[in-house]
Amino acid sequence: MYSCSDLKKGLKILIDGEPHVIVQYDFTKPGKGQALYKCKLRNMISGSLFDRTYRSGESFEPASLEERDMQFLYRDETGYVFMDQKTYEQVTLAEETVGDDKYFLIDNMEVDVLMYGDRGIGITLPNFVNLRVTQSDPWVKGDTAAGNNKPATVETGYTLQVPSFVEEGTLIQIDTRTGEYSTRVKE
Amino acid sequence: MNRQLAAKKQRLTERARIVQSIRAFFISQDYLEVETPLRLPANAPELYIDAVVSGDWDLQTSPELAMKRLLAAGYEKIFQISHCWRDQERGGRHLPEFTMLEWYRAGCNYLALMDECESLLRHLIPTDSFKYLNHEIELSLPFERISVNEAFQRYCRTEAEEALAEDRFDELMAFEIEPQLGKQRPTILYDYPVELAALSRHKSSQPNLAERFELYIGGMELANAFSELTDPVEQRRRFVETEAARRKSGKRPRPMPETFLKELDQLPESGGIALGIDRLIMLMTNAKTIDEVIFFAPEDL
Repeated sequence: MYSCSDLKKGLKILIDGEPHVIVQYDFTKPGKGQALYKCKLRNMISGSLFDRTYRSGESFEPASLEERDMQFLYRDETGYVFMDQKTYEQVTLAEETVGDDKYFLIDNMEVDVLMYGDRGIGITLPNFVNLRVTQSDPWVKGDTAAGNNKPATVETGYTLQVPSFVEEGTLIQIDTRTGEYSTRVKE
Repeated sequence: MNRQLAAKKQRLTERARIVQSIRAFFISQDYLEVETPLRLPANAPELYIDAVVSGDWDLQTSPELAMKRLLAAGYEKIFQISHCWRDQERGGRHLPEFTMLEWYRAGCNYLALMDECESLLRHLIPTDSFKYLNHEIELSLPFERISVNEAFQRYCRTEAEEALAEDRFDELMAFEIEPQLGKQRPTILYDYPVELAALSRHKSSQPNLAERFELYIGGMELANAFSELTDPVEQRRRFVETEAARRKSGKRPRPMPETFLKELDQLPESGGIALGIDRLIMLMTNAKTIDEVIFFAPEDL
């Protein structure tokens, strides 16, 4: 169990049975009064943010979360299905849990799945992913507004800015942390 | 080079100047500077202040008891600048080890200390106004004086007694009232419910109130003052009650400060005040956090 003195930014605790992370924290104490611990918390399942104030003497159950190496298998109507590389156990993550990461998921990709008990609540992608450009108009010389960049759509439906020399069918590397073009992949 | 520390040099130089100016003020007012031990067999029991243990004894949470013993022995105007320790207190305005200014004066009550606070601040900041964060604070006008009851009515639309009964006093004070105090000019918040003033005298006209005040500037609590309780029987009763409540909530048992209680019957009518020097320096150097005005925070050691 944690006590109030353990509270700090980044700490993960259980509230009403769900894991929460402290995203903002402040200690205050009105003149001679009791210590108050003001926290902004994020529900790690729903993503919702809210404020809560704790007093000294309160205790908190740690939210035990585990990251597991998994492989992305496929998507179906229930969501995104991943498989544990060691146990072959399968876990399905809802579309809203995967969020925009869905644009960088390709079949058989290895990702870290954040598990709360037997429930997948988030994924961490590899930093870079290779995706093929499926649509991109040729660069029009003299279109200086966009510099040397032009829009391109990749196989997952994601659209980003790429350099003018990238053509349809080119395999490109994308930084999943920023969503930006990184380099052209030599094949 | 420790760049973070080097970057503080200007503020810390100003800090030294401010502390010298505080000394000059009290010396000019015929106060005697005193030094009392920092390590004590027992502090005054407080429900929400925990001492840092030092061997069998504790580090002081305030020099209050020793300074009142000096008052009782005939030292009539005294001040002290010393380090105090309060366990587990750490935040943007809190340090577990901080610097406190306390001054005590025989033959006066909290009203005289309110005036003295105004004089001290005007001595330290001789301009008509100063800027703290996004507040422009006026010093040429008398400080605002508002009772705790009025503050609860004005900022929370509730009564202080009601907030206390519902156990919401501290939350309302910290989050609704304090941020509103001292924004245009310094504010003196006075007359606390007696439950919240373990060492202060009751108001004779309203025995449910204690002669206690706090000074706020720019939404920040700066000082706490009392008309000192001089009745040893009443004082012992309150200490015993507080110590019992501490033990009940699982805190480490501490002995009664017997030497203080024994000499309390000699304490003249008097007033005493504690002012956080680090926070005063935050105000005077426009610093947002307490870490910016001290040489080393605990995390730096």
